Amino acid sequence: MKIVIMGCGRVGAQLAILLHQEGHNVSIVDINPTALERLPEDLLDMAIVDDGTDEEALKRAGIEGSDAFVVVTDNDNRNVMAAQIAKHRFNIPRVICRIYDPQRSELYKSLGLEALSPTTIFIQLLKKKIVQS
Amino acid sequence: MYIIIIGGGKVGYYLARQLLAENHEVSVIEKDERKVNWIEEKLGSIAISGDGSDALAQERAGAERADLLIATTNDDEDNLVSCQIAKYKFNTPRTISLSNNPQNEFLFDLLGVDVTLSTTNLILEHIEEEIPPHLLTRLTTVEADTELVEIELPSSFKARGKKIKETPLKDSVCLIVRGEKKLVPPLNEFRLEPHDRLIATVNTKKEEELFSLVLGE
Repeated sequence: MKIVIMGCGRVGAQLAILLHQEGHNVSIVDINPTALERLPEDLLDMAIVDDGTDEEALKRAGIEGSDAFVVVTDNDNRNVMAAQIAKHRFNIPRVICRIYDPQRSELYKSLGLEALSPTTIFIQLLKKKIVQS
Repeated sequence: MYIIIIGGGKVGYYLARQLLAENHEVSVIEKDERKVNWIEEKLGSIAISGDGSDALAQERAGAERADLLIATTNDDEDNLVSCQIAKYKFNTPRTISLSNNPQNEFLFDLLGVDVTLSTTNLILEHIEEEIPPHLLTRLTTVEADTELVEIELPSSFKARGKKIKETPLKDSVCLIVRGEKKLVPPLNEFRLEPHDRLIATVNTKKEEELFSLVLGE
């Protein structure tokens, strides 16, 4: 699969490494050059420094014709905007975005985005642990 | 009308002041506490401290009864999300957004924002009006006093319809592009038409005189 990841923080970088190890064609875009330092040497060729909320930048990152776009920057609004560009402008079949704010996450789910809220997921995990013990 | 403004920067502040003067009810949602205090000092208690792209802040501002939301922050993504929250969560009838990246005018329209104003485009349009059309580009110097130039003919000009051999450009045109086509020599026989693009060699000293003869009204 050809996958574009926006946001090279801990999650983005680690996801890129795992997908690359499994033989997927991965490219990474992050607005901050130092974020790319999280990547191993062999993945640096597949990374660019650019603003992923800009259509042209996403093209440079190779979004056209990709199978999936994953957006995991630490800014909910940037994630939401980039995800919608990928979905509505580039018609990427699978678009997944991280939205910390549960309310925002619910709203964008209702608008058809595949949104994951780490906050909600972690709360559920915690609750489960507490109830089990 | 009840109008919610997202962002209490320069645009947000002056917009709020103007709308208040026109007797509208206005709230400004602004992240920066200092700006909130400043607005309160100048315009009264109309400022709400918070993230305008957060549904909670919009709710505190009374978004469900707003007639219009205007997003004026410097971050396009915040403006987009503010408008989408207003529209899809609170059913605000009309949303207006500023965008810094001109490309986002089309995108925001696609994503449900009612009106998007690209500040970059607005400024460019105004500047372009102030700059005369660009008719002549110097390409290179051929000899000490001879230049190769590109000329783009405007819609109306003095030598319009004249054969090149009847104008001061006689024998100096080396290429004419009309529309997408390159015209075939002898070029001196062609009549000059609007929007033709010419490549010509001209004497640098006579350049101005030549252009007033050909291009002058």
